[in-house]
Amino acid sequence: MRVLLVDDEADLASALAERLDMRGIAAEWVTDGMEALQRAASNDFDVAVLDLKMPRIGGLELKARLQSLHPDMKFIFLTGYGSETDFKEVACHEGEACYLVKPVDIQILIDLIRRVTHSGGEA
Amino acid sequence: MALLNRITPDFWRIRPTSTGAFRYLFNYRRIWKWSVLLTAIVSLVPLIFITLLDYKVTEHALEQEFRLRAARLVSNTRRVIGFFLSERQSALEFIVRDNSPEALSDPERLTAILDSLRESFGGGFMDLGVIGANGEQKTYVGPFKLQDKDYHEQPWFKMVVDRGVYISDVFLGFRRVPHLIIAVKQSLPDGSFQVLRASLGIKPFEDHLNNMEIGGSGDAFIVNDRGVLQTDSRYYGRVLEKLDLPIPEYYPSTQVMDGSTRDGEKLLIGYRFIEGTPFLLMIVKRHAELMTLWHTTRLGLILFLVCSVTLILAVILGSATYMVRNMHLADEKRLMGLHQMEYANKMASIGRMAASVAHEINNPLAIINEKAGLIKDLFTIKQLYAADAKLIGLVDAITRSVQRAGRITKRLLTFARNLEASIERIKLEDVVREVLSFVEKEARLREINLEVDVAAGVTAIESDRGKLQQIFLNIINNALAAMADGGHLKVRIEPAPGGGVMLRFSDDGSGIPAEDLPRIFEPFFSTKTGQGGTGLGLSITYNLVREIGGEIAVSSEVGQGTCFTIRLPICIPNPKGEDHASAVSG
Repeated sequence: MRVLLVDDEADLASALAERLDMRGIAAEWVTDGMEALQRAASNDFDVAVLDLKMPRIGGLELKARLQSLHPDMKFIFLTGYGSETDFKEVACHEGEACYLVKPVDIQILIDLIRRVTHSGGEA
Repeated sequence: MALLNRITPDFWRIRPTSTGAFRYLFNYRRIWKWSVLLTAIVSLVPLIFITLLDYKVTEHALEQEFRLRAARLVSNTRRVIGFFLSERQSALEFIVRDNSPEALSDPERLTAILDSLRESFGGGFMDLGVIGANGEQKTYVGPFKLQDKDYHEQPWFKMVVDRGVYISDVFLGFRRVPHLIIAVKQSLPDGSFQVLRASLGIKPFEDHLNNMEIGGSGDAFIVNDRGVLQTDSRYYGRVLEKLDLPIPEYYPSTQVMDGSTRDGEKLLIGYRFIEGTPFLLMIVKRHAELMTLWHTTRLGLILFLVCSVTLILAVILGSATYMVRNMHLADEKRLMGLHQMEYANKMASIGRMAASVAHEINNPLAIINEKAGLIKDLFTIKQLYAADAKLIGLVDAITRSVQRAGRITKRLLTFARNLEASIERIKLEDVVREVLSFVEKEARLREINLEVDVAAGVTAIESDRGKLQQIFLNIINNALAAMADGGHLKVRIEPAPGGGVMLRFSDDGSGIPAEDLPRIFEPFFSTKTGQGGTGLGLSITYNLVREIGGEIAVSSEVGQGTCFTIRLPICIPNPKGEDHASAVSG
């Protein structure tokens, strides 16, 4: 299983990628949408974990563009905004996409990644 | 005083003291006073003026009418009495011309003449006599024993000798009965003369005067030019007594004048001199009695004025009060709206600020979280320092703190999000606990015990979470402010009878005085004025509760504490905001 991590905060993305790696999930991280698209063009990812708010290309736009490259790719969004009631930690909207509010618990993230890849689209 | 307080409209108590943006547009007391005053002036002044004018005109017209009536009566009566006398005078003159002196000296002839006179003229003639130039009665026919009486000393005799014809005053004469005489002089062939004298009783006059329609307490009588009554008067004495009224100077036509009795009572006196006689006909009416009719009219006028003025004043007072009260209500609504807008704006900016602060903090928090997590991962997964409990403990402490900070920022974000209207299914206990968590710190510092007690059977309701938060926050803040350190705030949630949910916020604070209780939900009612209170907190709370279809009530006892009871429906009737608005932003 390969995960692409996109967050404009390099510190966050790198640490998160490393932690996923340690738990047996191959994760690559980039800090920018364009970079993510380039990386996705040459590699195959099962899941993309995207920050919603990023300079130049936001999470939702990036999702659309990645989806055109890899229609089977699953998406998880990270956001600094959000509320317990709207997301209940993990709430799903817009089809297969799911949101997590920062700061995230690594275990919850991993569970979610597993869930979206195994459910085959519907989480 | 209590009644006055009850009918005093609210605006009357408003003093135009508050300044700044949130003040009343008008000085209601002044508007009310001026509108009452001006309306009263423009409506009452013309009314009073016209009524007074009418009063004067009617009074004057009535008085003129009475004078005219009195004059007509006097005039008519004078004509009758004048005619009565002149008729008899003419008859005597005719007798003197038609009869020779010898015939008149014949008692039989004279008796026949007296009988004829009585027959032709009805009452009046008492007797007839012929008196010689020496004043001695030569012939007499009549009921009295007057034969051979000597009249040369009598004033009337002298007058008839001078004038030829004479009508006397009423006098008693030899017979001691009030009468008057008409005497006509007859010249004799020898140059001497004799006098034919008839005496008339005053009864015909009196009959005539009594038959007059003078009404009520009016008085009609004849008086001579020296003020001696010639007939009985109702008020001024018997015949031949002196009249207690001034005798006016001679005037050839009917006159009406004002007079008064000795007691000062006003009189209307009509009089007329009867030409060729010493008589003066007088009709006296009491002014007061004449004006009875006027008094009735006047009473009517005054009643009309009083009723009109009362009615007008009532209408003016009522309409001015109604108008100004409505103005005041509208103004109060406007002010309330302004305050609510300001409040909403404030809440919105607090929300925006909270959201942006939370967001800004969340990012570094996430980094700390991941870095700390990574350190721990390195320690544990890679087994580098897995056995070093101290390092693991430090990392765990960092992670726990991050989680705590994360919970706070999430709550801030929730709070900010909920300021936008959105209706959702809500477990009230969650909202109450959430709001209590905002004040937890303060409560802990002040050792205030917060307790939530949920009864069985409480269902989730559909409502506006943000409004509920504000409502609960306001009430809980009020309770905290009212309580001393170490107090107790208990929130009881239970199913409401008849559906919905009931929340009771009971504190053991200072309580609210009974006289303030009915007003605490009124806008601008505050016991904390001057201490930063706007007096709007509870009125905003009240409006928020109403907006989500609920009811709020309060009971309190000074020194015991206060209990706010909020009853919420299962769902908001006709919600205004769109349903389930859930915009997501990253």
